[in-house]
Amino acid sequence: MATYAGRLSAPPAPDIARLAVRTTGLTRRFGDRTVLDRVDLTIEPGEFVALLGRSGSGKSTLLRALAELDHDVAGEGDIDVPENRSVVFQDSRLLPWARVLPNVVLGLSGGPGARQRGVAALAEVGLAGRERAWPTELSGGEQQRVALARSLVREPELLLADEPFGALDALTRIRMHGLLRELCERHRPAVLLVTHDVDEAVVLADRVLVLDEGRIVLDRPNNLPTPRAHRDPRFIEHREILLAALGVGITQDDEGNAEC
Amino acid sequence: MSATSTESTRHLTTKSNAGAATNLQADQRQTTRRRTRRRLAPGRPIPGYRLLGPVLLLAAWVVTSAVGILDARTLSPPWTVVTTAGELIADGRLQSNLTTSLTRAVIALVIGVAAGVVLALAAGLSRIGEALIDGPVQIKRAIPSLALIPLAIIWFGIGEGMKVTMIVLSVFVPVYINTHASLRGIDSRYAELAETVGLRRWEFIWRVALPGSLPGFFTGLRISVTVSWLALVVVEQINATSGIGYLMSQARNYGQTDVIVVGLVVYALFGLASDTFVRFVEGRVLSWRRTLAG
Ligand SMILES: Nc1ncnc2c1ncn2[C@@H]1O[C@H](COP(=O)(O)OP(=O)(O)O)[C@@H](O)[C@H]1O
Ligand SMILES: [Mg+2]
Repeated sequence: MATYAGRLSAPPAPDIARLAVRTTGLTRRFGDRTVLDRVDLTIEPGEFVALLGRSGSGKSTLLRALAELDHDVAGEGDIDVPENRSVVFQDSRLLPWARVLPNVVLGLSGGPGARQRGVAALAEVGLAGRERAWPTELSGGEQQRVALARSLVREPELLLADEPFGALDALTRIRMHGLLRELCERHRPAVLLVTHDVDEAVVLADRVLVLDEGRIVLDRPNNLPTPRAHRDPRFIEHREILLAALGVGITQDDEGNAEC
Repeated sequence: MSATSTESTRHLTTKSNAGAATNLQADQRQTTRRRTRRRLAPGRPIPGYRLLGPVLLLAAWVVTSAVGILDARTLSPPWTVVTTAGELIADGRLQSNLTTSLTRAVIALVIGVAAGVVLALAAGLSRIGEALIDGPVQIKRAIPSLALIPLAIIWFGIGEGMKVTMIVLSVFVPVYINTHASLRGIDSRYAELAETVGLRRWEFIWRVALPGSLPGFFTGLRISVTVSWLALVVVEQINATSGIGYLMSQARNYGQTDVIVVGLVVYALFGLASDTFVRFVEGRVLSWRRTLAG
């Protein structure tokens, strides 16, 4: 395991043509503050990447750049992302004036076919039969599951999620982790999951990145077998290295500090 | 408690109900008083409660006329008004004038509301639209319609065209102002969502902008419906040969206060009825909202 620690160089040259995400020299500034500083990031198709970082470290800025939502933000760099991508926000962002099913199929073309796919997507997230409910009639966790259905019904090649479980209670969050893993294993989109929860990153991701001062300071594969148990010593090791990279290391072990 | 799945919700609910039942028994045994917190929102609506105010007003009119507090020369008593209305209906004058007035009001409302919505969308969804439209509308708003009538007569003559135009000019303003304000208030995060799911412009208008501005639209519509009646009175009392306003201005010339009151009652009834109708539609269309209105 220790061999993974401190790996800052790129993994064995990936086939560029079939990458899901590639950014080169991605820079973003607010005023004279550089929030992203020449970020190079690649994500392979079907790869699940978690992005950790302190509050204000630029995680959302990076995700919004990949979603091409940052219209008026200054910066440069190349972004290569698939046209077919979905975004899940921290708030479920359901249109309050539309029922659940129209929310799921929002913007899908293809009439009755779209409807059927919407119904199927709702069933997948465990909300079969709630098609005609209003968003306000759902709990926070249920609303977020509708948002997941809305993202996955598009069969995206890239799923961008910005702290999608941040507003949920701990119990609901654990259930959502299971659901997200299951859905991603079935649909195999490339995933960039922004989170500030180290455990969430280690439980879900194939690879964990740590963003600090606008740069990716740690890029660490995570090939623990699933389901991942928190008491597994390798899990604990992962977590400590990540915490150290985030500047909140508990143990003074040399490897951990080497990351910073 | 936030539900994690339907299954577990049901389970938890059953459990907590059972718990509540036992607590209740315990409460009864100990005869403790259960205090509930006073709610700040108004309670559930009482059926027909909106009619209470108007009915009380009517009752006051009947009672003060009957005991003689209200002199017949000041305000005709209700029974005289009913008799006069009967006569006006019998010789057909009320119906024909009412039809004329209603036609004017409805045509002007349709045109005015459509214009208000289109202008609000244009001003709310594009910077150029706002720059071109918003200023002139605010200027129009500052000019009393009454002051425009002499000009309107010169421009449009004294026919139906002038009357409908005058009502339209009064009607579109509240729809524009309120729809525009509501449109501007739509959370920009929904526009962001629309981008991420790849909505086209017209889909965005249809799925997000229009439904999101409906609350303001209905506020504007309710004001506009009332305004259309007010504008009607004004234009029909000037140079008209038909309509409720004409009926009333003629009655004024002959000193028939009872006919004037019939006209007022007709305005009141139609005003109340149209407002109730708009509220009804509003309640249906905005059923997704959770508000104090209940
Ligand atoms: N629209 C904006 N205007 C100005 N500053 C911004 C804007 N968005 C983000 N920032 C700043 O950029 C930094 C990174 O923000 P963000 O990417 O949201 O952080 P994170 O998601 O990691 O918590 C923060 O310091 C924040 O204040
Ligand atoms: Mg953020």
